[in-house]
Amino acid sequence: MSAASVVQRHFSKDRAWRRVLGVLRWALISLFLLAVLFPFYYMFVLSVKPIESLLRDPGAIGISIQDFTISTYIEVLAPRSEGGQGFVTFLQNSAVVAISSVIVALLVAIPGAYAVARLPFFGRRQVNTLFLATYLFPAIVIAIPLFVLFTRLGLRGSLVGLILVYTAQTVPVAIYMLRNYFETVPVAIEEAGLMDGLSRLGILRRITLPLSLPSIVATGLFVFMIAWNEFLFALLFLIDKREQWTVSLGLSQLSGIEVPTTVLMAGSVVLTLPIIVLFFMTERLLTGGLTAGGEKG
Amino acid sequence: MARRRTLTQRDARTGLVLISPTLLIVLAAIVLPLLWSVLIAFQHLKLIQIGTANPFSELTLDNFTRVLGSSALWSSLATTTVYTTGSVILSVGLGLLAAMLVRKPFRGRTLVRAAFLLPYIAPIVAVTFVWRMMLNPEFGIVNELGQSWFGWAEPIPSLSQATARWNLLGAEIPIPTALLTVIAFEGWRYFPFAFLFIMARLEAMSAEPEEAALVDGAGPFQTFRYIVFPQLLPVIGLLALLRAIWTFNDFDDIFLLTGGAAGTQVASVRIYELLTVQRNVGAASAQSVVMAVLLIAMLAVYWVILRRRGEKV
Repeated sequence: MSAASVVQRHFSKDRAWRRVLGVLRWALISLFLLAVLFPFYYMFVLSVKPIESLLRDPGAIGISIQDFTISTYIEVLAPRSEGGQGFVTFLQNSAVVAISSVIVALLVAIPGAYAVARLPFFGRRQVNTLFLATYLFPAIVIAIPLFVLFTRLGLRGSLVGLILVYTAQTVPVAIYMLRNYFETVPVAIEEAGLMDGLSRLGILRRITLPLSLPSIVATGLFVFMIAWNEFLFALLFLIDKREQWTVSLGLSQLSGIEVPTTVLMAGSVVLTLPIIVLFFMTERLLTGGLTAGGEKG
Repeated sequence: MARRRTLTQRDARTGLVLISPTLLIVLAAIVLPLLWSVLIAFQHLKLIQIGTANPFSELTLDNFTRVLGSSALWSSLATTTVYTTGSVILSVGLGLLAAMLVRKPFRGRTLVRAAFLLPYIAPIVAVTFVWRMMLNPEFGIVNELGQSWFGWAEPIPSLSQATARWNLLGAEIPIPTALLTVIAFEGWRYFPFAFLFIMARLEAMSAEPEEAALVDGAGPFQTFRYIVFPQLLPVIGLLALLRAIWTFNDFDDIFLLTGGAAGTQVASVRIYELLTVQRNVGAASAQSVVMAVLLIAMLAVYWVILRRRGEKV
């Protein structure tokens, strides 16, 4: 009797706790959502109001209809000759750099990942160690000699140099992501291909690639995001050549000169929007691709 | 038999051919620059000379004696350590909390999960700008709300104030305002990374041990403490390690938020200043070598701890 009541009391205590936790859980989820979304909302709100309106009432966080303006966007996007900041050019540069990096990185990483996943070449095990070691050093250390080297080769101030660096920086992770996926392709299918007289390259092209398309798209998106968002190398290599600036660099340099905050926020929206749109279009693919194989802990 | 060996041999050769573009580009754009950088650390060079000087000119330890002898190095390393420790604990802790919160299915869960990843995928330049804007002492929203809702006496210059003095029970406690602010930023920006990986691990976890614990009368905290958390520990350890390496080397975030002012000069920002302001390549390289050595030493300690634990279990 007394044992049963102890158990019962224990259970009802647990139930009370669970109810509290249930409420707390929703409160915390809301708090997280607020913290995560508000900065982006704030960025957008400031970008569509004139600077006078912001200075008059800094606490206003709604979008007011009578103050609504897109003149900030016009100022950011218009070419310099028309008194704007020339972000259209920067957008083009960023697009060229990001898309080229994706293409080059995939061209390099796909065969590399296949080799690491399937082929018993000399030094296969050391490849991972090499990649890991490269991530130990701060990017700025690599930047010093590259700066010199690119100056000598005439690559500094050109987008080609930047594409090369972004490719080198993303290929190790790209190989990691692709390799995990390639390993899930059944060996039996590949052996059947070998029997039918396909070469290794033929197998890669006709069997592995079509089966791994989701992973390849995810890897490409990952490279795109890194290249689009990158700041330090763009700063070091392109700073002297305004017409070659990427959006990230262009935005960071806006703050140095006298530009209204609302225009800065419009620039931030221009920089962020492509990434967020791309992300929501492909979210499932991307998160799956990045953590594939990571579940094993 | 002979045919088989040739197939393996052919595969080995194909493997080398397929991996060679990767090796080439990583060697050219990462490994060689790294080695050259180490070499520069032992040479007397100015930024202007470096393009023309012989890469194998005379070696010297001057850069190291200069760098190791300056108090700026040690203070920047101390700042980096505080910054790294705080950021790693905060971002992994928040990531764990967030993953536990959205673990059970509910309506709109996919959307909430996607939203949680936003701080991490957004461009660093844009998010640092918004933070600077929000924390602006004159017309930032944080100070505006702080003053009107929470009765702050005056705006807090969160990113430009090195230390604030708080009066707590008569004792004055110095608070490193700007450093704490950048740590908070790191927590906000990088919790999604931990969230993503912890969530993947949670989803792969079998439900049976938890159900058994429930039947045995374990409460929610006990279940987490004794069933869920131990299973997450390996991935948490790995995440903490990765985040520690990346935060230790981080440049962008601090450079864009404070420019290294107000007590936030971390090591890589100092290297950048040595390079661009003082134009002293040798000292910059020497300091990065010091950083790398420290990092390797810390990793070695971590590895030894892991092995010890592994042997005991």
